[in-house]
Amino acid sequence: MASASVALGGINANAVSAHDTAAPAYHDDVIRAGMIATVFWGVVGFLMGNVIASQLAFPAMNLGLEWTSFGRLRPVHTSAVIFAFGGNAMIAASFYIVQRTCRTPLFLGSLGAWCVFWGYQIFILLAASGYVLGITSGKEYAEPEWYVDLWLTLVWVLYLVVFAGTLMLRREPHIYVANWFILAFIVTVAMLHIGNNIQVPVSFLGWKSYTVPGGVQDAMIQWWYGHNAVGFFLTAAFLGMMYYFIPKAANRPVYSYRLSIVHFWSLIFLYIWAGPHHLHYTSLPDWAQTLGMTFSIMLWMPSWGGMINGLMTLSGAWDKLRTDPSLRFSVTALAFYGMSTFEGPMMSIKAVNALSHYTDWTVGHVHSGAMGWVGFITFGMLYWLVPQLWGRAGLYSQRLANWHFWIATLGIVFYITSMWVSGIMQGLMWRAYDEYGFLQYSFSESVAAMHPFYVIRLLGGLLYLVGALIMAYNLWKTVTSVAPVRAATATA
Amino acid sequence: MPTKIEKDAVTGTDTTGHEWDGIKELNTPLPKWWLYTFYATILWALGYFVLYPAWPGLSGHTTGVLGWTMRGEISESLAQAAAAQAPFVNRIDAASLEDIAKSTDLRNFAIAGGRSVFAVNCAPCHGAGAAGSKGFPNLVDDNWIWGGTLDDIHTTIQNGIRNSNPDSRISQMPRFGADKILDAKQIDDVAEYVLSLSRRSRNAAAAERGAVVYSENCEACHLQGGVGNAEMGAPSLAANIWLYGGDKATLVETITNSRAGAMPAWTDRIDAARIKMLTVYVHSLGGGK
Repeated sequence: MASASVALGGINANAVSAHDTAAPAYHDDVIRAGMIATVFWGVVGFLMGNVIASQLAFPAMNLGLEWTSFGRLRPVHTSAVIFAFGGNAMIAASFYIVQRTCRTPLFLGSLGAWCVFWGYQIFILLAASGYVLGITSGKEYAEPEWYVDLWLTLVWVLYLVVFAGTLMLRREPHIYVANWFILAFIVTVAMLHIGNNIQVPVSFLGWKSYTVPGGVQDAMIQWWYGHNAVGFFLTAAFLGMMYYFIPKAANRPVYSYRLSIVHFWSLIFLYIWAGPHHLHYTSLPDWAQTLGMTFSIMLWMPSWGGMINGLMTLSGAWDKLRTDPSLRFSVTALAFYGMSTFEGPMMSIKAVNALSHYTDWTVGHVHSGAMGWVGFITFGMLYWLVPQLWGRAGLYSQRLANWHFWIATLGIVFYITSMWVSGIMQGLMWRAYDEYGFLQYSFSESVAAMHPFYVIRLLGGLLYLVGALIMAYNLWKTVTSVAPVRAATATA
Repeated sequence: MPTKIEKDAVTGTDTTGHEWDGIKELNTPLPKWWLYTFYATILWALGYFVLYPAWPGLSGHTTGVLGWTMRGEISESLAQAAAAQAPFVNRIDAASLEDIAKSTDLRNFAIAGGRSVFAVNCAPCHGAGAAGSKGFPNLVDDNWIWGGTLDDIHTTIQNGIRNSNPDSRISQMPRFGADKILDAKQIDDVAEYVLSLSRRSRNAAAAERGAVVYSENCEACHLQGGVGNAEMGAPSLAANIWLYGGDKATLVETITNSRAGAMPAWTDRIDAARIKMLTVYVHSLGGGK
């Protein structure tokens, strides 16, 4: 397939002759496993999201059991969608991209890649089982306790070695932009993970540990981690995915090399400072809040650089949106990406944050990014890559992929609009005063007022889950029922 | 170096000459609007750094030419709010509950403030509309366990019921069944008598036997005819208004094991003026005496 794309892309003869023309034997078995893991954990994560959304709308859904209570299942949902679904998607995508764009098989070969894959699945299972049993560090998106943190560190360093080693062994003179983003993702996540988990176990036989920094310093490190988990795990990494799969699916050159350089370095430099905007109007010192806000504002254009580069790459290929469900997902993902990377800097402005903070607006914001950007760009990759990896002519059903697209889009719209309304309503209720200067509403009245929006949000989540189940069926049938046009890509 | 710059047919832009797995890149310049908007956000940030606290140093940080601090802003805002309410609050501090209730403007202010305090502190148990629920008295009717005058309500809110505050209102009904003061038949009979007080007994003979049990065990607190005694926190048994339920099974349960609901003493948590406002508000809900 690689050689077919080369032919379509019109590579010049000199370039080819300068290299050996045959594609090396890539390690693709682990990537196929990654596709399956991505779909599996996606469905699990979306299902858990629906469970906890139903608990917020109908508290009886907690079932009165500690293991199924909201507090324990919420990190199961967030870890399942971010780390299990998103993480598996990125590990698989990065292994696929780095081999093709470096024209070299993975460093450490098949064994190294499989160790990363299974090591990562063990991390997911250790983390999730702990949450259900009440084992948690209580730090948002960093809930795993010390023994899981240590395990993930080992797996992640091996991942870095495999990826960076492959880059170093590349048979291309330059490193492709997708790989810049992916390398930044792997290195920064390692730094964030270690930085936020400097902790002392109470005993080596018990699960409990305490972080070394305390108070507002711990909070600042937590949100330095938390915001950059969004920035590097959910943004930079998936921009790397976008930079490979959109030009491939559109069969067009990337819009602007210069833009990719400027927006890459500005994004990487600015993102790491933006965390304090999660701690506006807290005991965090004023100066740190100022830096968090101003760097968030400056982050707007660097974030949009990726959207511009992705969308403009479609120039001359927009007609493909009508026929290619993969591109339709990817392009819609960029639209959601653009929307949430405008919304984010806006919400970081203190005056806006005073209204939005601690409300459902934040929840809606993160879901427009997670469902719209991360979810859709990944669905776009899956619809393109699964037929490639298994050597099928195409998808089992374009029609089902279209159904997935519209059902999931409608689901996101229900989700984010209900959370906008609910969040702004909450914020306004909390700050409403009567003519004498007394608070107009109590907190519990604002909770009661949110109920209808929680029901609409649940409906949105259900639609998104149904879409993912349609995709799982479609991809399954693609692998099992569509006649192969050639052998599956390299096995090693 | 496999570099060959080509002109892209669709856009007319040159490529960079790099290629990876068939992917090429155009050498399009940065979009002007993108670049200038980026510069504008940087300028805005620089301006903000000058105006507000921004950069840390070895000791302290830049404070900004506006001299703004978050703590300063909230203190000022709280002071303004307090100053706006001060004329009313000072008069409420000085006035008696009766005078507050009689003065139109003070009463309006007190009811507005009391409503707000009630919504945050009292509604979780007594309900948003103060209609109560099982174990939490209805404050909208005129049936009061500890009395419904302004002073009674004020004392109840200040000191609470069955808590560790030394001035807490305390009453304790005996556990007639659990402590074997009465046997099961006596309890059944007296429950039947209590039903008869609100004309709901269907067993006249049992109610008659129960009247004797009542006069020997219950009447000291609940008084003759079950009219209740607010001095002792003994509820009325004749009004067919029930804290835990008035059906026979619930009455038997109450007599057997007693009840001992508690309410916090709010004097430690809410200032005196607000407790007065809350008192006037609760009194105004419909049942104040």
